[in-house]
Amino acid sequence: MGDVEHIPKELKLIDESGVRLDGRRYDELRPIRIEAGVLKKADGSAYIEWGNNKVLAAVYGPREAHPRHLQDPAKALVQCRYNMAPFSVTERKRPGPDRRSVEISKVISEAFASVVFVEQFPRTSVDIFIEVLQADAGTRCAGLTAASVALADAGIPMRDLVTSCASGKIGGVVALDLNKDEDNFGEADCPMAIVPRTGEIVLLQMDGHLTVDEFERAMDLSIVATKGIYELQRDALRRRYSAMAEQAMEAPPPPPIPSELPPPPDMPEDELPEVDDL
Amino acid sequence: MTAEVISELMREHINRLAASGKRSDGRVFDEPRSLTVHKNYIKTAEGSARVQLGNTDVLVGVKIDVGEPYPDTPNQGVLSTSAELIPMASPNFESGPPSPTAIELARVVDRGIRESKTVNTEKLCITPKEKVWIMFIDIHALDYDGNLFDAASYGALSALSCAIVPASKIGKADYPLPLEHWPISVTSAKIGSSIVVDPNLDEERIADARLTVTTDENGDVRAMQKGLKGSFNLEEVRGAIRTSQRVGRTLREVIQQG
Repeated sequence: MGDVEHIPKELKLIDESGVRLDGRRYDELRPIRIEAGVLKKADGSAYIEWGNNKVLAAVYGPREAHPRHLQDPAKALVQCRYNMAPFSVTERKRPGPDRRSVEISKVISEAFASVVFVEQFPRTSVDIFIEVLQADAGTRCAGLTAASVALADAGIPMRDLVTSCASGKIGGVVALDLNKDEDNFGEADCPMAIVPRTGEIVLLQMDGHLTVDEFERAMDLSIVATKGIYELQRDALRRRYSAMAEQAMEAPPPPPIPSELPPPPDMPEDELPEVDDL
Repeated sequence: MTAEVISELMREHINRLAASGKRSDGRVFDEPRSLTVHKNYIKTAEGSARVQLGNTDVLVGVKIDVGEPYPDTPNQGVLSTSAELIPMASPNFESGPPSPTAIELARVVDRGIRESKTVNTEKLCITPKEKVWIMFIDIHALDYDGNLFDAASYGALSALSCAIVPASKIGKADYPLPLEHWPISVTSAKIGSSIVVDPNLDEERIADARLTVTTDENGDVRAMQKGLKGSFNLEEVRGAIRTSQRVGRTLREVIQQG
């Protein structure tokens, strides 16, 4: 909201040749980089850079649900806390949850609830923490995409990863993945999240003004884009686990030295088999 | 707790009904409950409406006061929406700070009104950068029988449509709030593989997923919000938009005439 001044009124968000302020075409994503397993204490974690967004996600659990009265005797709760760091936006955001983050936390929790195998962990909670470090519009999509990788990194059983992306309308053109200026000065924004293997839409929000036809095109753009983002998520997990496997290969745990093994209790010392026989 | 036990028993009943194309209150799938609108219900508010959507009963008040504009919109009035789910309205509502449910409700109602530019906020400017009119929409749920999203948004639109800007407070003539659009939100709920519009409480309790679509008088989409833990496929989303356009047309007339 605070960085309005630098955009002159007559500025076009997308020019005659279809180029946007940051040089993208209508159907181009910002560059995305995902890293899995970036935190030590959390059971699972991921870091995502999505254009100028920088978002961390961590997962704890399944662990005992607190407070106790929230526990579900039949399944696990999926509880997300989306939070923006005070320094993540141009004008300092007051720390702590505001109404916007409460709502985003709620819709992200609900997006994951049908994907995690919650029946396997009664009375527990799977806690997802999303921390926006630097924001440039699309933070809920970035956070959800990272949280999905963090859940997998934590070994939480899931039907599939969840992948998220937004499309909207800028300067009369339906376009993929709006950045901050496009979101502020555009006509509409429509974030969604999908289970890529089944096509189930688990998060859908929209604000602004779209005809039904424009909505269709926005969804098409997002769905195509999530296929690519899904691959980035899978790739981040593959890199994480191949790195772990390599580490294990390079430094195998030293084999026990036979002479240091305690003798079997019922065998006298002098009847120990020769080391060569082992 | 009692309500939850009944809801478990109702689940099977409603699912079975839905599978055979029926609903527990006898409606067809795309039929909303009857809507009654009573405008100017509260004399101390600048605008108000009590709306009943079936047995769901919501009172919405609009207070209009002088305040400061946001720095990025120095010549526009301000809209602020909040919702209270008071314990009177349901055994499951508790007093205390607003729950995530209440916050989501207020924000979804707010989004429908804001994004469709219902009120021409430029006509609410008193002195640019200094003084503008601020509209506070307060949603008070009185009796909760499902689908607060739609009931509250009909209440908010009705209350705005009869609100008076109290300009006599600053030595000018009072004037009606400049209303330019009539956004109508219509909520669909997914029960098994069926989609029902305007879910009642029993239906809402067992629904897998919920989708609120707000359309304007041209049938364009102005706001959407998916809720609950289930999912929709793209075809179901398209269906919910078509239903919202159609049901919205009828309900818009009720609100305009109410």
